[in-house]
Amino acid sequence: MTTTPFGAQTAARATAVAARATDLTKVYGQGETQVVALDAVSLDFHQAEFTAIMGPSGSGKSTLMHCMAGLDSVSGGSARIGDTELTALSDKKLTQLRRDKIGFIFQAFNLLPTLNALENITLPMDIAGRKPDKKWLDMVVDTVGLSGRLKHRPNQLSGGQQQRVAVARALAGRPEIMFADEPTGNLDSRSGAEVLGFLRNSVRELGQTVVMVTHDPVAAGYADRVVFLADGRLVDELREPTADAVLDRMKRFDARGRTS
Amino acid sequence: MFRTALRNVLAHKARLLMTVLAVMLGVAFVSGTLVFTSTISSALQKSSEKGFTNTDIAITPSDSSANNHNKDGDGPSDWHELPQSLLKKVAKTPGVDQVTGTVSGFAAVAGKDGELIGNGFTSAGGNYYAGENGADIRYPLKDGRAPHQADEIALDSKTAERAGAKVGDTVRMSVDGPVLRQKVVGVFTTDDGNVAAGGSLALFDTRTAQKLYSKPGEFSEIDVKAAPGTSQTALKSAIDKILPKTAESTTGKKLADDQAKTIAAGMSSMKTGLLVFAGIALFVGIFIIANTFTMLVSQRTKELALMRAVGASRRQVTRSVLIEAFVVGAIAAVTGLLAGIGIGTLLRTLMNSGGATVPDGPLVIEPATIVISLVVGIAVTMLAAWLPGRRAAKIPPIAAMNSVHAVATTRSLVIRNTVGALFSGAGIAAVLGATSMAGDSGKGVLGLGAGLLLIGVFVLTPLLSRPLIAAAAPVLRAFGISGKLARQNAVRNPRRTAATASALMIGLTLITGLTVIAGSVQTAVGKMATDSLKADYVVTMASKRPLSPQVSKDIAADPNVTAASPMRSSGARVNGDDGYLTGVNGKALGDLTRLDLASGSLNVGGHNTVMDEDSAKEHGLRTGSSYVTTFEDGKKSRMTVAGIYKGNELMRGILVDNATLDPHQKDATDRQVLVKTKDGASKSSKEALRKSLGDNPAIQINDKQDIINEIAQMVNLMLNMLYGLLAMAVIVAVLGVVNTLAMSVFERSQEIGMLRAIGLDRKGIKRMVRLESLVISVFGGVLGLVLGVFFGWAAGELIGTSLATYELVLPWGRMGIFLLLSALVGVLAALWPARRAARLNMLTAIKAE
Repeated sequence: MTTTPFGAQTAARATAVAARATDLTKVYGQGETQVVALDAVSLDFHQAEFTAIMGPSGSGKSTLMHCMAGLDSVSGGSARIGDTELTALSDKKLTQLRRDKIGFIFQAFNLLPTLNALENITLPMDIAGRKPDKKWLDMVVDTVGLSGRLKHRPNQLSGGQQQRVAVARALAGRPEIMFADEPTGNLDSRSGAEVLGFLRNSVRELGQTVVMVTHDPVAAGYADRVVFLADGRLVDELREPTADAVLDRMKRFDARGRTS
Repeated sequence: MFRTALRNVLAHKARLLMTVLAVMLGVAFVSGTLVFTSTISSALQKSSEKGFTNTDIAITPSDSSANNHNKDGDGPSDWHELPQSLLKKVAKTPGVDQVTGTVSGFAAVAGKDGELIGNGFTSAGGNYYAGENGADIRYPLKDGRAPHQADEIALDSKTAERAGAKVGDTVRMSVDGPVLRQKVVGVFTTDDGNVAAGGSLALFDTRTAQKLYSKPGEFSEIDVKAAPGTSQTALKSAIDKILPKTAESTTGKKLADDQAKTIAAGMSSMKTGLLVFAGIALFVGIFIIANTFTMLVSQRTKELALMRAVGASRRQVTRSVLIEAFVVGAIAAVTGLLAGIGIGTLLRTLMNSGGATVPDGPLVIEPATIVISLVVGIAVTMLAAWLPGRRAAKIPPIAAMNSVHAVATTRSLVIRNTVGALFSGAGIAAVLGATSMAGDSGKGVLGLGAGLLLIGVFVLTPLLSRPLIAAAAPVLRAFGISGKLARQNAVRNPRRTAATASALMIGLTLITGLTVIAGSVQTAVGKMATDSLKADYVVTMASKRPLSPQVSKDIAADPNVTAASPMRSSGARVNGDDGYLTGVNGKALGDLTRLDLASGSLNVGGHNTVMDEDSAKEHGLRTGSSYVTTFEDGKKSRMTVAGIYKGNELMRGILVDNATLDPHQKDATDRQVLVKTKDGASKSSKEALRKSLGDNPAIQINDKQDIINEIAQMVNLMLNMLYGLLAMAVIVAVLGVVNTLAMSVFERSQEIGMLRAIGLDRKGIKRMVRLESLVISVFGGVLGLVLGVFFGWAAGELIGTSLATYELVLPWGRMGIFLLLSALVGVLAALWPARRAARLNMLTAIKAE
């Protein structure tokens, strides 16, 4: 089955494609215990757009993100970042690609406790052995409001502040695309809102591309577009969503899931 | 409780692996030592019993006849050997089957290359005693016949092979100096222990042997074989009746027992020595065990808190940790015991193939070996786990309710640092104090101080780790982000890093200290032996036995030789007190030696003598004073002290001219001959001297460098043995580094996953782990080197009080090697943890718990 990508149909205003999945399939295990996590998913992520991936637990939303971000191998189909086909890359090339073109934000912040905030932010560039772009870095730090806390270590920062450091780290290298995995999962609602605000701002003001996996309708409400996954398939999508609209869709899937 | 503990052990198999290995190695060392020593001593005892199968009674000159006998074998000679007549009388005694008269001594045999076979100390000669049918029951002939004439000889088969000699060939050999050319007429086999240990045995016919080693018609021992049905005790009492006062008899059983006792004593000191090193290895292991249990406890904080919350008492929590330690210790002890038995077996095989022949015998595993091994393994493990166990008990029940993973508490190091500083301060003070003390009290204080300082430094290592590891930053910067992260990771858990580095520190402290001391002593002794030597060569027997006076005559006759002086010892009385004289060539003394005169002049000749300060003090003499000497033949003479010199390794005691001494000595032999040649020491002049002495395999011609090399060789041999024994402690320390890294990788898997996700490649991760390992190891290495040098210096100060030429020689080359070694330890230890880290599945790693 070769479906027309959802994004291509509707994205009249979208320009270039930042990442594209074509018939992306991911299968875990073998024989009887085989689980199809992704079942030929085709999907475009557009540049300068904030996309949220939603779906119930086990829908494959995290797997989709991992495959698109080059963190996990693919069983079939193709995953591209820009013009680069990920499935053809060696582990080494894939690592380089993640380092140079992709930004990550994790649920558990994942900062290095031995480094201070600034060092954590510039870590990807340190890994690459590149000097950070000073002007850009200052702007990113300003945007996330960490100017006064750059010398603090993660354990001296609140959860919200830590996640803002993580956002700054993802942004600092000017990635082609940023992936966020439940970025507000460990935060209280106020801190969560802040972080989501930064993500949206980085898209609107800095022209970044963000893909976020979440199960929180409120978080999805910050996105430009929400795609819904269920049982490893793309089932729906919503543009300019509000939290309520997302919640409504979710309820419908839930109900469908229970009756069918 | 026991079941929970067992489950915990099983659940943490992989993490306990290194701990088990560490304890296992220590226990294996202990049990291996015990098994090896008891096996060998039982085998040696059996073989020594076998050695006495033909000797039911041994008759030797009695102690009473040897009362005045000088130890050096050249004192007043009222030693009564056993005459032929006694042998005949014994042979006629009822109950005697066979008698064998023996004489023995030194006999050097030249190998194919002209060099001495064996090491000189095991080059033995004896007589072939033609008993019944003209055969010697001790030495069954394999080939040829028994020696009958003075120029004939029989060799043991091994020596014959090494000399490349067959029956009918001629070999060059020497007994007390002059070269003998002997025709090999027979080759025999023997289970003589000396030959088995790599020595040589040459047999002359009895008459020749008597001439060489004793006196014509005299034996040094008569062995008696009892007729069937005659007991050793019955035979002994029969023989005792006919023995003169100057001879005594001993039963073969008693001889065997005595030998067994000697063997047992030797084995027990060897056992103690080995066990000390096993103890060091076990001690190092304690650090690893403590590290592991600390980590297991901190990882299980929540679980332990839950146990507390549902009503377990503190004691129960501690006990659960200790039971775990018991299980781990028991597993390690059992495997260690088995490994030790294997090592004991292997060691014997190795020694056999390595040339040192160890008699065969069954493997002896005493019950004590098993008990000791198990108790040691379990006790050490439980002891090391005790502190972590107590810490576990202090976890408050509320910790179970915290949703957040317990953050590693950075408990204050203030108390620890204070204690460490106190210990170190006291240790340094004691060591410094000891260096200004003398003798045994100094040794005790030094040992105490060293112990205190070692503990103090260990307690302080967490504090020291930060600045010292920070000092490595410039080097690590070259490795980019991996280096930076490695440095920070290394100081992240100062206690763990400290314990890991300390384990390595202990081994390296000992190794460095020993190397410093050995190197300095070696230099000092070499200096002492050669500083006062002006002669080009020192001529001695390879066996360090006395030289025949013929040698010094030959040397004096050599036209190349400008000055020569034989040195001989002679027992004597000085003003009635026991003492000895050293005979020298008084005229040549000034050309051959550089003696430091305290007063008077170096005038030796006639009644003029010089003596060292010690002798002067002992006998209360001064330059110019006179004294009465009683020579070994009992004649008295008045002598004058012409000068007093400072004694040294080469020259000591009262120096008398040989011309004065000669008339009073019956058979004079020389200890060594000092030689100065026209052209000075060179290869060609040495060769010429060797030629003029008849290319004698038994004689060593050493120039100063040879003497220094000989000392160096001895010191190196000892050092290498100690290195080998300390290697086990280093291996255990390596396991400790592996353990720490594996724990760190495990604990930081989430971070490593994140680093991989944001673009650090596998190589970078590996490098990070490796560098951390390197930093910890080199840190331990540097601490060990510094402490080792300090202890070496302090011990040297103490040695310096009794060894005048002692000065600290820092073995920079070796110290460099030790530092490299500790770096190598780091790299090797990181192999497996680094691979594991690089292979971590980043998806599972980054997922929030």
